[in-house]
This record gives sequence, structure tokens and C-alpha cells, in this order.
Amino acid sequence: MKPIARVVSWAALACTLLPPVLYFAGRIDLPAAKLWMLVATVAWFAATPVWMEHDSTDAGES
Amino acid sequence: MTDPQPAATSEPVDEFEREPVPPRARLGFRSFVGQYAGEHTAGTELMIGPLFVASGVGAFDLVVGLFVGNLLAVLSWTLMTAPIATRARLTLYYQLERICGRRLVTLYNLANGVMFCFLAGSMVTVSATALGVWFDFRMPGLTDLYPNSPGWVVAVFAVGALMTIVAAYGYNVVARVANIAAPWMVAVFIAFGIVGLRQLGIDSLDGFWGKAETLIWKGGDPLPGQVKFTFWHTMFFAWFCNIAMHIGMSDLTVLRYARRPWYGVATATGMYLGHWIAWIAASILYVVQLTQEPGNTSVLPGPLAYKACGLAGLICVIVAGWTTANPTIYRAGLAFQAIAPKSSRYRVTLLTGLVTTIAGMFPAIAMKLLDFVALYGMVLMPMGAVVFVDFWLSERLGFRWDYALRAGIGFNWAAGLTWLLTLAACLLLVRMGGVQIYFVSLPGWFLAALLYVTLSRLLQQKDLGPASARGVVVP
Repeated sequence: MKPIARVVSWAALACTLLPPVLYFAGRIDLPAAKLWMLVATVAWFAATPVWMEHDSTDAGES
Repeated sequence: MTDPQPAATSEPVDEFEREPVPPRARLGFRSFVGQYAGEHTAGTELMIGPLFVASGVGAFDLVVGLFVGNLLAVLSWTLMTAPIATRARLTLYYQLERICGRRLVTLYNLANGVMFCFLAGSMVTVSATALGVWFDFRMPGLTDLYPNSPGWVVAVFAVGALMTIVAAYGYNVVARVANIAAPWMVAVFIAFGIVGLRQLGIDSLDGFWGKAETLIWKGGDPLPGQVKFTFWHTMFFAWFCNIAMHIGMSDLTVLRYARRPWYGVATATGMYLGHWIAWIAASILYVVQLTQEPGNTSVLPGPLAYKACGLAGLICVIVAGWTTANPTIYRAGLAFQAIAPKSSRYRVTLLTGLVTTIAGMFPAIAMKLLDFVALYGMVLMPMGAVVFVDFWLSERLGFRWDYALRAGIGFNWAAGLTWLLTLAACLLLVRMGGVQIYFVSLPGWFLAALLYVTLSRLLQQKDLGPASARGVVVP
């Protein structure tokens, strides 16, 4: 579960940045960029708590 | 800017408060990388970036000035704070208590707590601007000093009350949200800048610098009520906006957990992702607003973020403001509680939150955030000089380290007078010497160091007996 959640998180983070880049390049319009950023935001906050707490504890103990 | 979170877990540090951090509790480099990146991506960055533009800053002055200033901040953490933190491994408060005495530390706590209240107030202000997107009420303008509409007062009260209740009862929940949100917030801040560039008509990186100088940061006169910013202003601002944490030594409390002194370089994530990029991106959003609505000079992070990135941007403003105000209110409460140890932490935090909320209703703090941040650093900086001199130079210059502890006194007059005289000199320089507040902390630090050496040599008792072993732990 955690590896999948981690992949979803990093994909969501990339998708937070990708729509503004596509808008900058003139590939999509601003409303579409805003919509995709919102979707990526929801995905980030849904997936990240599954693995991040565990990882930060590990980092502290390493 | 920053919120005062402790290392790694973002939970209040309530262990090793009066003893060095033992080897088993020390943390790896990664802990500090993540913590500093999140800690310096605060809601207030969305105020600071636009205020640079309102100050008439030019492209080179902003981009290079901030780069150099942030580098100096990283070096200050690495070369001044971390070496002491990883040798003594004590909290700032306990180290100050050993040097200055309990009564003087109480005064320091009071000053710290008051400053935290105002800082958290500006974070409440930032979050409250997000409500203005949904509810139609009049929001403050760039030159407003007082609350300007009943709707604004109600919005700030609602946000402030919610944050205060969470700070008092649910600190850990928001601390976890802060950890989780940090990488996403950095991404959204970068998105603000990218979207803003496109909205200014910049659609490629060809000839970017020329466009930056003519379209974005054009320089010229500042907006009414703002000070003109040059390279030196931006450089010193970036260096000293966290002076309380590095040269002022507050982050001894955080970095005492670091295994190695060089972990101080982890602050670069906060300074470059959180400050450099976030300030530049936020400034671009403000330029977009000034270009689209030339008469609208209001610095309102909520509407700015919403226009650029929609709901994701608005969530970023709320989360950035909330997750940074929460620990700031909590820390202010702790500082006040140290003055009255028998009082309930919950009641103190609720009272602190009330003061913070009232402060947040006054837009003067947020609209004059550049000046307030400089003042905040100036007030706490002299005690950093005292700690630095006491740790490295006391023995060589012929006076005792940890004097209050060894003399059994509650108020070390050498440290107390150093603090007061340095502040008086700095204020005189600002008021009568024509030196702007952004620059005064540098000469102030050297003055504080000189005063502490001189006064310690004059005022310390000579008959304390042979020096005992210093409470230093080999890193």
C-alpha cells in the first residue's frame, strides 16, 4: 500500500507543476490548468499521509 | 519568514530541556532538509514578495540581492548557530538561563512572546484574505493601518479563533498537516510564478532577463507609504529576516539535534525553495495584478493566489497561513507560560490567540511586514551576540562563561545592559542617525558583542573560585 501511495504522491506533485508549465507553453488554457492543479492537490493530500509520517520517523531514527 | 517548529516531528520539544541532547536522540541530515523547506514556506511569503514590488525594486536588485542575502543566511546558520548547537546541545532558553539568569530570560521570553503574537497576527491576516474570495466584504488596502470594514473584523476573528482553538487543543494534527503539505506548497508557489509569467505575456525563456527588467521588476519609485528598495535592502532583508533564528541563536533549540555542525547547510532548502523562489513568485503575481488593474495596489494573498491557480492556490494560502500561525501561537503561549509557570498552557494559548487575532485585525502589521520583520530580528539579535561571545571568547578575553549559573544570580547585569544599550543604540541610529531599520542589526551585533565583553570584565565577581568543567558535549 505504501509504495503505491508514494508513487501517487510524487505523480500528484508532478501534476501540480505540469499544468502551469503547459499553460506557460500555450498548450492548455488557464481554467484547465486550475482544474488539474486541484485534482493533483486532492491526490497529494489523499496519498501522502499514508507514507510520509512513517518515512519521517525513519529519517529521525536513522 | 518562518514558523518556530522543532526538529523532525514538528511536535513541541519537551525533552532534554535542561540537559544536552544524548547521541541516541540525534537526527540525520534528511530531517533538517525537510523541516527547513517546510518551515520557510509560510503564508507570509505571499505578503513579502508583493511588498518588494511595492517598494519599487529592480530585477537585478531583487533576484541577485535575495540570492546573496539568502546565502549569507545559510552561512550564518552553518558557521554561527550549528557549531554552538552541536557542541553545547542545549536549548537557547537553558543556555541563556545559564549565562543571563532566570529573571533576565523571563524578560527575553516576554519580548519573544510579544513578537511571536504580532508575527502570528500577520499570518492570520494572510489566511483571512482567502475568505474575501468567497464573501463580499471590503478588505484592507496597502496603506490601511486599521480595520476598515466589519466584514474584515469578522473574517479575521473567525480565522483567528479557529487557529487558536486548534493551537490549544489540536497542535499535533496541524503539525502533521504542515509536514504533509510542505512539498506541495513549494510546488504551488513555483506554479504561482509560472502562471504569473504567462499572464504577463512571457511565453518563453528567450530574452527573459530583458523582459524581467522591463515588464516585471521595473524599479522606479515605490508605491505610497513604502520605502524604496535597492540591492542592499533586499540583500540585508533576506539575510536578516530570520536573524532571530541564526545570529540570534533561536535555532540552537532545533540544531542541537544535528549529528554534525555542517547540517546547518540544510537551511538552504528553506532559503532557496521557501524564500527565494516563493518571494519571486509572489512578487510576479502582484505585478500581474498591477498590470491588469493599475489602480489596485492592495496586497491580498487570497485573491492573488485564486486568480493564478484557482482553488489549489486558495487552499495553499489557507494551509500556509494556518500551519505557520499554529506553531507560532503555540510558541508564544509557551514563552508567556514560562513567565507564569503555574498557569494552564491551554488558557495561556487561548489568551495568546486572542491577542494574535486582535493584532491580525490591524492590517498595519501585514502591510508593513518588511519593517516589522526587521524590528523583530533587531530586538532578539543582541542575545545571540551574548551567547556567541560567551561560548567562544569568554575564556580568551578573561571573563567567566555561564556566569549566572556559576555566580548563582537571577539577573546578569552585563547581559541585561548589553541587550538594553544595544537596542537603544540601534533605535537611535534609526530615529536620529538616518540608518534604515533593515541595516541596523549588523553594527548592532558587533556593538552587543563589544558591550558584553566590556561589561562582563567590569561587572563579574572575580572570586568565584576555579573554573568548573564547561557543559560541552563533544559532537
